[in-house]
Amino acid sequence: MERVIDAPARPAGPRFWPKAKRWLTPLIVPFALLLAWDLCVRMTGTRLIPLPRDVAIMLYDFTFGGVYDDAFSKSIHIHFWKSVQRVYGGFFAAAAAGIPLGLLIGRIRAVRELLDPTLQILRPVPVTAWLPLSMIFFGLGPNAAIFLVFLGAFFPIVLNTTFGVRSVDYRLFEAASMLGCNGSSLFRQVVLPAATPSIFNGLRLGHGFAWILIVVGEMTGVPEGLGAVIMDGRTLSRTDLVISGMMVIGLAGFLSDRVIVAINNRLLAWSPQHHA
Amino acid sequence: MHDAAFHRSARPTLAIKGLSKRFTIGEQTVEALRDVNLTISKGEFVCLIGASGCGKSTLLRIIAGFETATSGTVEMYGTPITAPGPERGMVFQDFALFPWLTVKENIAFGPKQRGLPQVNLDEIAARYTDMVGLTKFANYYPSQLSGGMKQRVAIARVLANDCEVLLMDEPFGALDALTREKLQQELLEIWERTKVTVIFVTHSVEEAVVLSDRVVVMTAGPGRIEHDARIQLPRPREVSAIDFNQVRRDITQRLTSHVGVKSIPAAA
Repeated sequence: MERVIDAPARPAGPRFWPKAKRWLTPLIVPFALLLAWDLCVRMTGTRLIPLPRDVAIMLYDFTFGGVYDDAFSKSIHIHFWKSVQRVYGGFFAAAAAGIPLGLLIGRIRAVRELLDPTLQILRPVPVTAWLPLSMIFFGLGPNAAIFLVFLGAFFPIVLNTTFGVRSVDYRLFEAASMLGCNGSSLFRQVVLPAATPSIFNGLRLGHGFAWILIVVGEMTGVPEGLGAVIMDGRTLSRTDLVISGMMVIGLAGFLSDRVIVAINNRLLAWSPQHHA
Repeated sequence: MHDAAFHRSARPTLAIKGLSKRFTIGEQTVEALRDVNLTISKGEFVCLIGASGCGKSTLLRIIAGFETATSGTVEMYGTPITAPGPERGMVFQDFALFPWLTVKENIAFGPKQRGLPQVNLDEIAARYTDMVGLTKFANYYPSQLSGGMKQRVAIARVLANDCEVLLMDEPFGALDALTREKLQQELLEIWERTKVTVIFVTHSVEEAVVLSDRVVVMTAGPGRIEHDARIQLPRPREVSAIDFNQVRRDITQRLTSHVGVKSIPAAA
């Protein structure tokens, strides 16, 4: 009896603190940065950069309205939704093209010899350099933005998939062949699962680039979107708007990365070292 | 007429004739095996032993069908071996389990390739998981298992696929001494129960003498068979017994004689 009563009392103390610590530790740096930002602006007296408080007000107005009541008030959902569509449009297109292509390049020598050099030449070209051409190809509007996001996400996905396929332990091929697994079922049952960790690595990187490139993509003259808001903020010298847009993109990118990580951890339950 | 029929049924499980293997590494040619001849009968437990570079693993890999010989043949029941096949199951030193499959999925992998229905797969997986004592771990992934457990899964995986010859490439080399001893005993029990033919590569004389009916001693440069000894000690074998020690000493001598290793001088 005594033991039953004792048991819960003991771990309560030490268990709370580690848990709280795990949640609080990542918040230390952001708060320090906010503090430093605030101090720097106050000390220098600059009027070019707003105080964190002003940005908070802007974010509030951006979300709920009622402060400035201008073109940007209570419009966050419109811009956010437009950007999400473009980010995911480009990202999914990149995944749909990059994963099969990476599998083929990794697995079939002829395809590798045919395509790999071209890809390696195209890869170092900055996506921003494609901006003028993409506007000519797709006109002013969302398609040019989607194309740029696609380009940015495509290369990490295709390269990591290729790497994943090429680095499958040859012993697993030997084990599979001695157990009677060959040809297309070898691809499905060995190559694909063995390459999954690398494919997810590529997806995660590509997804990050997709959010990075949304600002560039929305420089192509679209009226709505988080990138467009930042561009507008720049034109209007509204730094509070620029920083608000940056924060929303950062947060959106972070949250959707957590989704990818959750899927990754679920699919790769067999491989704890691939958990993020 | 009668004779011919008798000969067919009496064909050895494995017949290795005039087997040679040369590798070319850059400009250099290495002779891994030279004129190896070996006949293994059904149900035999044969250990291949020798220093590293004697070609014992290469020989095993040629029998498995992972590599092709430069000249000579390996026949199983009179049919030449040209590729890997389910009747010859390899157990690797580094396990080579499919890390994304659970224990029971790994074990059912071979039968699954034959297109058996899921009911049969479950039954086979359960039977062989039980055979190696891992029923409690059936749904674990390889990354959650110890080395000894992984190797049990690897053994069950090839047995579940009805392999007739178990090819083991230093299978217990990566395990600690206690686990190794335990697995040796388990392997012997499985061998006695299933009557599977075992070819076991090792560099431990003690392991070879504990396990096998026959110890084939190989030497390096080029790899060839130096000696072929039948171990007639009664089972179960006791490593500290006097007759065991005698056999061990004898084999150790065969193993080292060609290198000219002198007996260690007594401490002054």
